Amino acid sequence: MTDRLPTPGSGQVPVLRLGDVLLVTLQGDLYDSTAEQLQQDIGEAIAHHTATGVVIDVSGVEIVDSFLGRVLAEIAAKARLLAAQTVVAGMRPAVAITMVELGLTLPGLRTALTAEDALRLVTARPTPPRPGGAQAGSR
Amino acid sequence: METAAGVEVCLPIRSDMDLVWVRQHVRQAAGRLGFGLVDQTKLVTAASELARNTLVHGGGGQMQASHVVDGQVHGLRLAFSDEGPGITDLERALSDGYTSGDGLGMGLGGARRLVHEFAIDSTPGAGTTVTVTSWATRPVRPYEGA
Repeated sequence: MTDRLPTPGSGQVPVLRLGDVLLVTLQGDLYDSTAEQLQQDIGEAIAHHTATGVVIDVSGVEIVDSFLGRVLAEIAAKARLLAAQTVVAGMRPAVAITMVELGLTLPGLRTALTAEDALRLVTARPTPPRPGGAQAGSR
Repeated sequence: METAAGVEVCLPIRSDMDLVWVRQHVRQAAGRLGFGLVDQTKLVTAASELARNTLVHGGGGQMQASHVVDGQVHGLRLAFSDEGPGITDLERALSDGYTSGDGLGMGLGGARRLVHEFAIDSTPGAGTTVTVTSWATRPVRPYEGA
């Protein structure tokens, strides 16, 4: 057998609730079936907790191929229909470079550099944030 | 040669669990051969696309990994083969947006952009073999590690 291969991250991805926001942390290498299960879990969790935001932390993800890219885009699209916004946080630079070359730019997906920034984005509700980042706190 | 140990392997592609093993093996092998982080990520991503094609469109198959050397440069060659229906219109299959499955249609054409060399051999009714090769650009530059 091949040595030193880490055990793949199997099973289920936990969906945590922080107030009105759902926090999902993707770690390592996902099975396709796990990613599809997650898609379903998030939809149910949004409806159940009446969440208004979903933050998906991908800082622990080493590659995003077209399958995982599609799953992320579909999670965001479903969340939007359920009146929640999704932010993908912490993508590694090498992953971003590779996705663009692959042709996977996912224009509909909102991103943030860190999970903390993402939480700020989804909790600062009323106006969509400006690229300049001037967020005047309360309305 | 020590770097080549554990690089040469033939892995089955029969389930989505096998896709995980393929990715992990390619990542580890590319790391051992001195690939930088970005090149490693590109090759693993390409392997994931191609292995999924083998599984979804070819009905399963295998990946053969081999260590190739050109002068001082080390490379990793991956051959994905299946005995599926084959591809009748290669040009179309390689174009972005074309899909016969439920993906985004980026698989084949996208994978080709992520590797240094790309060859496809498909016989309708007999199967498909896609062979890709990427080279470790040496030496690994300090700024790539940042």
